[in-house]
Amino acid sequence: MLEIRWHSRAGQGAVTGAKGLADVVSTTGKHVQAFAFYGSAKRGAAMTAYNRVDDAPIMNHEKFMAPDYVLVIDPALVYVADFTAFEKPDTTYIITTHMTTEELIASQPKLEGKKVYTVDCIKISQETIGKAIPNTPMLGALMKVSGMYEMDFFKENMIRVLKKLPQKIIDANMIAIQRAYDEVK
Amino acid sequence: MADTMELRDIEVWDGNMAAAQALRQAQVDVVAAYPITPSTPIVEGYATFKANGYVDGEFVMVESEHAAMSGCIGAAAAGGRVATATSSQGFALMVETLYSASGMRLPIILNVVNRAIGAPLNVNGDHSDMYMGRDSGWIQLDAYNPQHAYDLNFIAFKVAEDHDVRLPAMVHQDGFMTSHTAQGVCTLSDEVAYNFVGEFQPMNDMLDLDHPVTHGVQTEEDWHFEHKARQQHALMTAVMPKIEAAFAEFEALTGRKYNVVETYQMDDAQTAVICMGTSVETAMEVVDELRAQGIKAGVVGIRVFRPWPLEQLAEILKNVKAIGTLDRSSPHGTVGTLYNEIAGSLFNTGVKAVLNNYIYGLGGRDLTKAHLVGIYQDLQANAESGTLTTPLQQYIGLRGPKLSFF
Repeated sequence: MLEIRWHSRAGQGAVTGAKGLADVVSTTGKHVQAFAFYGSAKRGAAMTAYNRVDDAPIMNHEKFMAPDYVLVIDPALVYVADFTAFEKPDTTYIITTHMTTEELIASQPKLEGKKVYTVDCIKISQETIGKAIPNTPMLGALMKVSGMYEMDFFKENMIRVLKKLPQKIIDANMIAIQRAYDEVK
Repeated sequence: MADTMELRDIEVWDGNMAAAQALRQAQVDVVAAYPITPSTPIVEGYATFKANGYVDGEFVMVESEHAAMSGCIGAAAAGGRVATATSSQGFALMVETLYSASGMRLPIILNVVNRAIGAPLNVNGDHSDMYMGRDSGWIQLDAYNPQHAYDLNFIAFKVAEDHDVRLPAMVHQDGFMTSHTAQGVCTLSDEVAYNFVGEFQPMNDMLDLDHPVTHGVQTEEDWHFEHKARQQHALMTAVMPKIEAAFAEFEALTGRKYNVVETYQMDDAQTAVICMGTSVETAMEVVDELRAQGIKAGVVGIRVFRPWPLEQLAEILKNVKAIGTLDRSSPHGTVGTLYNEIAGSLFNTGVKAVLNNYIYGLGGRDLTKAHLVGIYQDLQANAESGTLTTPLQQYIGLRGPKLSFF
């Protein structure tokens, strides 16, 4: 079982990102689950979304999760959200920030000694899609760090997932995914 | 003629999308709806499919859930395939009209995305609304995941519209835990799905002007009892065989097998948890882990909540030594609903299982695997001592001091 927790602000697309990832993974014959904590949270409120991936059908519906990957798509959440909750010794963090990985760890000591990768999904999405929707670039970074799928396969499937959007937006998302894949460190 | 939608063999859908797709594939004639979280995407989905030409039907926007079900009743009496969706306070506002629908023998399908009932206000899932419907005369089917939410809608139409049944049916799913959780759903093609449900066959339809009928009559003391007795007779005798036949036909078509009562590792189980919704599947996973340690634990899931499968449960539970009934609803002044139902099912059977009750997951509170392990430990102690070793009713996952009653 592979388990992923997203930390996001409502409106940044973590639910869409989690569901998109589940959709792509499902095409490879694996079983998937994507869900989120909602509540009456309004746009901008801190929230979490989740993915489970397994070879067998996923029967577990508990919200509790000790994640293999933590994806933080809003730069401020590493200072205000409990993003290390229920971490495992080998939990991998991919964090959106304008800082280098070293600068980030210096500013947030909870990350010391952890497997930490950084990428500026906010900047990438602003420069490609035209607004701060950091979900798809984070998936590009996850593909690089996890080695889950080849980039061509992933992008081909993401085009299908995003097919209801205008072609211009789909193209911009593909550039954003590729940039995050190339830029994550 | 509605357009056909091409679906992949497995779509990643949440429970709401699964239900909306089923309403489209059943080609529901009328949806009268007043959306409420977390069921909103079901009727929104139907409306979108209709606007895009994928369904021939009518979407009626109304001013309340009371009006939504009233609109469904009118459309069903007129002679069409009718469905809607609701949750929580919306369900509560519908209650008066639910009794009208079942008393008038109108086969409406209501998708209930189970949600807590306030106060305090809470959009998350528990079974308070589902339990509120249990005396309303509706058939109640319970889904544990998005696949079930999809499949059980087809079953519901087929059973409810059968002329030997003619009763409305609810398809329940857990708010957010199923309705907003995306999982792989094995799809049917539009043609296969529609053919399974079949063409709607009207009965005493008001729009058949050559054969005028009266719906919603006043009977007073003279005939009220006979009407209610006939309704109960249909619910008690006609429904279960039709559900079982529909399950069998659905299995032959899809390979997916449903049972009136779902069981997991119950053949030699000494302890069993009985629950509904997503909790059933989480408990199955916990049982796998307990079995690996040699603990003979099992799970019983209620698939058909109304009519209540009393005889099936008595048979399944006859050799179990300790049973934990899990209720995701505050019973407000007594034991939980499943405790009452199971106690009633076993009372005359000679089964001497120790029975206790857990109240859990109110307002969406997480039921963790660790909670379930603790429950099975209680049950193991009860099985070994042959008597209650805990209070009869315990609260699970509650913050603060332990709460229990009886």
